Amino acid sequence: MTSFATQLINLMAALLLLIAFAMLAQRRILTLIHLFAWQGLVLASNSVIVAWSTGQTHLYWSALLTLALKVILLPWILHRLIDRLNVRWDVETLINIPTTMLAGIVLVIIAYNVASPISQLAGTITRSTLGIATAAVLLAFLMMITRSKAVPQVIGFLAMENALFFAATSATYGMPMVVELGVALDVLVGTLILGIFFFQLREAFDSLDLKHLERLKER
Amino acid sequence: MEHSEIVFVLGIPLLGGALLAVFGDRRWAASANVAVSGAALLAAALLTVRVIDQGPILDFDDNFFVDPFNVFLVTLTAFVAFTTALFSRPYMKNEQEHGRLGAGRLKLYHAMYQVFIFSMLLALLTNNMGIMWVAMEAATLSTVLLVSLYRTPASLEAAWKYFILCSVGIAQALFGTILLYFAAEKVLGGGSGALLWTHLNQVKGDLEPTVLSLAFVFLFVGYGTKVGLVPLHNWLPDAHAEGPTPMSAVLSGLLLNVALYAVVRCKVLTDGALATHFAGNLMLAFGLLSVIVAAFFLSRQTDIKRMFAYSSIEHMGLCTFAFGLGGPVATFAALLHMTVHSLTKSAIFFTVGHAVQKTGTQTMDEIRGLVLTNPTIGAGMLLGTLAILGLPPFGVFASEFLILTTAMKQQPWATPILLAGLGLAFASIFQRVQAMVFGDTTAKRLPHPPAMMPVFVHLAIVLMLGLWIPPYLAAWYRQAAQMLG
Repeated sequence: MTSFATQLINLMAALLLLIAFAMLAQRRILTLIHLFAWQGLVLASNSVIVAWSTGQTHLYWSALLTLALKVILLPWILHRLIDRLNVRWDVETLINIPTTMLAGIVLVIIAYNVASPISQLAGTITRSTLGIATAAVLLAFLMMITRSKAVPQVIGFLAMENALFFAATSATYGMPMVVELGVALDVLVGTLILGIFFFQLREAFDSLDLKHLERLKER
Repeated sequence: MEHSEIVFVLGIPLLGGALLAVFGDRRWAASANVAVSGAALLAAALLTVRVIDQGPILDFDDNFFVDPFNVFLVTLTAFVAFTTALFSRPYMKNEQEHGRLGAGRLKLYHAMYQVFIFSMLLALLTNNMGIMWVAMEAATLSTVLLVSLYRTPASLEAAWKYFILCSVGIAQALFGTILLYFAAEKVLGGGSGALLWTHLNQVKGDLEPTVLSLAFVFLFVGYGTKVGLVPLHNWLPDAHAEGPTPMSAVLSGLLLNVALYAVVRCKVLTDGALATHFAGNLMLAFGLLSVIVAAFFLSRQTDIKRMFAYSSIEHMGLCTFAFGLGGPVATFAALLHMTVHSLTKSAIFFTVGHAVQKTGTQTMDEIRGLVLTNPTIGAGMLLGTLAILGLPPFGVFASEFLILTTAMKQQPWATPILLAGLGLAFASIFQRVQAMVFGDTTAKRLPHPPAMMPVFVHLAIVLMLGLWIPPYLAAWYRQAAQMLG
C-alpha cells in the first residue's frame, strides 16, 4: 500500500511540475486562472493521499482548506475580477517562450541540487518530491519576472505560495494548523487587496500593463 | 489568563481598526485614532511595568512572550504609533484642505493604520515563528493601500513595487520557516510547539546544522527585504516618498525595526545550531553593503523624503552590521541604535511632512527658509538632522561610537568603510538641510497648525539616551545582548 501511495504522490508531484511549466508558457489570462485552480486541486489531492497513507489526520483539514481557498474561492475571485476589469480575453505577448522554458529546466536542476541534502534528512514518505516543490517555487518566481501584466504576475505569486505549501507537505507533512490558517488568511486578504488595487491601477492608467510602472528610478 | 495586558496591547489596536473602518470618515475620527493609539500605549506601559516588576513573561500556553529583547520594542512601537497619530491629526486635515484625499480614503487610512500597528505588535509578542511570518505579511498587506493613498501614478507604482518585492521576499521567509519547522520537528516532535521560539531556543544545539544554515539564508533574504537591506531595498525609497508622511514615519521608525527583530531571532537559533559565525558574517556583509550603497544614493537625491529613506537604509545597515559583529557591546549598541534611530527618524519625518505641506513640494531645491515662516518646524528639522547624523550629545552618537569602536577591535578592515559611509551621509544631508532651514521663502502658513510636540518629545528622549540611559532599560539591553550573543 505504501509503495502505491508513493507512486501516487510522485504522480501528483509530476503533475504539479507540469502545471508550473504550463503556467510559464501560457499567454491567456483565463487559461492561467484555470491552471491555477488545477494546481490547487493537485495540491489538495496530494494532501489527502499523504493523510490517508500516513494517518496524519490534520492533513485532511489542510486539504479541505486548500480545496475551499485555492480551487474554489480564489479562482472565483479572479474570475470576477477579470470580468469586471474586462480583461477576460486578454492575450499577453510573451517574448521568447523557448528561452524561458530552457531557463525553467535549468532552474529545476538547480532546485534538485539545493533540495537533495534536505530530502536525504527527511523521514517522510514524500521526501523525494521536495526537489519538485523547490523547482515549482523557482518556476513561479521566473513567471513573475517574465510577465508584464498585473494579473498574471499575481497568479505567479499565488503559484509560488502553492509550491511553498507543497514543500511544507513533502518535508514535514504540513505546517501546524494555526500557521496554515494564518497563511491562508494572508493569501485571501492579499488577493482581495490586490483586487482593489487593480481598479486603482486601471483608473490611473486605463490599462493593467506594468510598463506604465517604470517611472520611479534612480537617476 | 494571568497576563491580561497582552490581550489589551493586541486587542485595542485591532478593535480600534474595526471601529475606524466604520467611522473613520467622521470629523472626530482623527482624534479617535489618537485615543486608540493612546490606550494601546497605556496597555503597553502597564505590560512594561509588569515586566519591570516580575521579569519576563511567557503566557497563553507559551504562545505569547515578553523578554528583555522585545519588551522595549513593544513600548517603542506603541509610543511611536501614538505620537505619529498625534502628528497625523493636523497633517491629514491639511491634506484634506489641499484636496489631496476625500472622506472615504481617510476611513481607509485610519482603519489600516491601526491594523498595521496591530500586526507589528503581534509580530513582536508572538512566540510562534509561523505566526510571526503571518504578522509580517499582514503588516505589508495593510500598508499597500496606504502607500497608494493619493492614487497618483507614482504612488501606484510605489505600492505595486512594495507589494511585489516584499511579498516575494517574504515568500522566501516562509520557505525558511518551513525548513526551520522541518529541523525542529525532529527534536521537538510535530505540532505548533515545534515553532515556539522559546522551545527552539532551549534545544537549538540539537537542530540539524545544514538545514538551519539553509533556513537562515532564506529567512535572512525574506525578512532582510523588509529591513530594506541592499540589494533588496528598491521598494523602500519609493514607498516612503510616495505615501503619506505619517506612513513614512511608521515605516521607517517601526516596520524596519520589527523586520530586523525577526532576523535577529532567527540568528540566535542558527548560531546555536551551527556553532560558527555563519549568520553573523552574512549580516556583517549585507549590513556594510547597505551602509555604503545607501550613502552613495543618498548624496544624489533631490527629493527630501527619498533622501531620508536612504538614510533609514543606511542606519538599518549599521544595526545589522552591529548584530553581525556580535558580542555584548556591539549587540548593546545595536539595540540602542534601533531605539534612537526609530525615535529620531520619525521625528524628522514629522517635520518633513509639515515642511512639504507648507511649500507644496518634495523637491529640496524648492524648500527654503523654514526657520523664518515657522521657527518650530525649522528648528525641529535642524535638531533632528543633527541627531541622526550622530552629533554628540544625542543618543545616535553614543550607539554609533560603540559600534565603531567594537568594529575597530573585531573587524578593523570594516571601520574605514563605515566611517566613509557615515561621513558621506553627513556631508550630503547636512548641506541640504541647512539650505532648507535657512534662506528666503514666500511660503504661506498652514491652515491647521502643525503638531510639533511629538518632534520635541522624541528628540528630548534621544538626547536623554545620549546622556543617561534609565537603569532598567540598560538592564534589558544587557540581558538581551547576553541572550543574543
